[in-house]
Amino acid sequence: MSRNSRRDFLKNAALLGVATLPMSLVRLSFAKSGDDFTFAYISDSHIQHIKGNQFVRNWDMGLKRAVAEANLLVPKPDFVVYGGDLAQLGTKAELDHGAEIMSALKYKTHYVMGEHDYYLDLGAYWEKLFGPQWHSFDHKGVHFIVLNSVLTHHHWTYERWPTAERRMAEMSGLDNPNGSPFMVGEKQREWLKNDLAKVPKSTPIVVFSHSPLQKIFKGWNFWTDDAEQVQAILKPFQRVSVIYGHVHQIQYNQIGNISFHSVMATAWPWPYPQSYALAESHLPVLTVPMNRADPFFERDATGWQFMNVKTGRVDLTYQLPNNTTRTVAFNAKTGKPGDIAYQEKTKRIPPQDHY
Amino acid sequence: MITYPKVWFAAAAVALSFNFAGARDDGLLGLPALDVPSDNPITKEKVVLGERLFNDTRFSSTGKISCATCHSPAKAFTDSPLKTSKGINDLTGTRNSPTVLNSAFNLTQFWDGRSPTLENQSLHPFVNSVEMGLKDHAPIIETIRNDPAYVEAFKKAFNGIDQGKISMTEVTRAIAAFERTLIDGDSRFDRWYYKGEPTLTANEIKGFQVFIGNGRCVSCHAVEHTSALFTDHKFHNIGVGINRIPGKDLAQMAQEFLRAKYNREEVDEKVLKNPLASDLGRFAVTLEMTDMGGFKTSTLRNIDLTAPYMHDGSLKTLDEVVEHYNRGGASSDKEPINPYLSGGIRPLNLTTAEKKNLVAFMKTLTSGKHLKK
Repeated sequence: MSRNSRRDFLKNAALLGVATLPMSLVRLSFAKSGDDFTFAYISDSHIQHIKGNQFVRNWDMGLKRAVAEANLLVPKPDFVVYGGDLAQLGTKAELDHGAEIMSALKYKTHYVMGEHDYYLDLGAYWEKLFGPQWHSFDHKGVHFIVLNSVLTHHHWTYERWPTAERRMAEMSGLDNPNGSPFMVGEKQREWLKNDLAKVPKSTPIVVFSHSPLQKIFKGWNFWTDDAEQVQAILKPFQRVSVIYGHVHQIQYNQIGNISFHSVMATAWPWPYPQSYALAESHLPVLTVPMNRADPFFERDATGWQFMNVKTGRVDLTYQLPNNTTRTVAFNAKTGKPGDIAYQEKTKRIPPQDHY
Repeated sequence: MITYPKVWFAAAAVALSFNFAGARDDGLLGLPALDVPSDNPITKEKVVLGERLFNDTRFSSTGKISCATCHSPAKAFTDSPLKTSKGINDLTGTRNSPTVLNSAFNLTQFWDGRSPTLENQSLHPFVNSVEMGLKDHAPIIETIRNDPAYVEAFKKAFNGIDQGKISMTEVTRAIAAFERTLIDGDSRFDRWYYKGEPTLTANEIKGFQVFIGNGRCVSCHAVEHTSALFTDHKFHNIGVGINRIPGKDLAQMAQEFLRAKYNREEVDEKVLKNPLASDLGRFAVTLEMTDMGGFKTSTLRNIDLTAPYMHDGSLKTLDEVVEHYNRGGASSDKEPINPYLSGGIRPLNLTTAEKKNLVAFMKTLTSGKHLKK
């Protein structure tokens, strides 16, 4: 009812603070308001080539919308992060098409590597388009790190498969016994140690990876095999946030000093709609595929979010089409992120259990 | 939120059990129960008064425009075939006049839903500079208080209200009460679907199959088991209007709105008055990006009588409407698909026969009780 007049709406907006977007917007605020800044986050578009100049329309539309809305943002984000899986099968056609849609963005963009971008040519063409697979940069007092967390064993990558296409296909499946767990790997961990050696321990650290740098569910590679080792490198820092894509759903967690947040996909939600029903279980053993008879509203359960990096901690505001906006913020009392309006069972939207 | 008691009309009972022999023929077959606000019960006196107010041209700056000018009983309560409405001094607005028929069931009023009730809705056209052109509502109250017939009618309708106490509250309540009687079901479709009568032709039935199948129409133009309003009461960007806004202007206007929201200020008048802003639709009301270019799903009842179509009247015929949806949200092959398009709109690949039957089906939704010849 509050939406019925602009005046009422503005009143509500005052409570919400920043608003709604088709991607993630991260806001970093510091003691001096002049240092505040925001960045936007778009992820998991899975641009998929059919043949010739045909691409899957729905995935295209998801990314186009995110780009269009990012360009309208007020306040303007300082930069954009793309969270990986721009392509579906890592081909030139898909990466080029995705890059073309992304080129409409008016901001500097940092790209994270996803497994769907990587396993055809091991990132060769992606690097030409988007730059190094891992790097770091400083922005207004925050140290940002981009990792390629979707690497795996040498044997699996270089020796097991007869063709690059087969390798890509094996890695893109879920619950695939032929798959292999993601990892950051020794070489990159060494780089990370060296990169962080010169950073003061009080500097807020924000790490971008495609897979969660924590172990959630191996069958879907909601998993990074050397997560503990990476976490150990990040441990000496007072405020660390890890933001990852890959999971196409909302997740948040706290391990020691590290806050973890996922971002949503622009392509499809995973899964739909049983994710509501399974929210109570601790492990996301989400074995039900998307099974809407006719997923009419294609953007349902996809999206993007605002991030507000208050005092170096990341708060995320999720914009959910046809649903209520939710904010997951760092809770100083509990020492971990939580939904700021955690809802009693009776107030939750019940899961859809019929089709 | 106020909960309104439900007033069940005979039609609801009919719809619930279409075997019900000897059901009252009240023209409401296929409509749900109507919610009537507890503070504005429908009475005969109030309805008669409301109709008179609705047709009175004195409540405009030139004395020539009434509600009925753009919502004419002779034109299914629209101003068909005008593209957009013609108000004071022949000034035209930016939106196509929606029918008042069955608007009592709408959860929001106006194409962008900026008004929550019928009572609130009727306040606005009086003081819109291109509609009825008054500066404020004072002349309306003055005219009424100085007209003995009106004073008497208000007394009858509102518990003997004093002449000096008549206000816009009573005026809008009377108009709303009248509008709540303008509900029409019992179309050929209703008789076929809810009563099992053989009122549709084979092609019209095929058209209904397209409507609920390949055509994907029913996802927004809802048909329920016991009644059908042919709307989901939501707002969708279907690729109409938004393409008229040059990209640069869209960005600039949207950012003006969002800046105002971010700074918790009111949006600048200049932006609100920019005719291009009209095509931002629901976004200008909620300032939610998901509402960019979105407009309310309109009912399809009496759609054959209310051409032209869409919020801007830009599509002349039902055939053009079907072609627009068949292209996936573009009015011509040259028109680009806008990035804010609602997630449900996609190319349909309908055959020529499917399109023809779909249009034939929509023409079965005409119901005549309140139509004046």
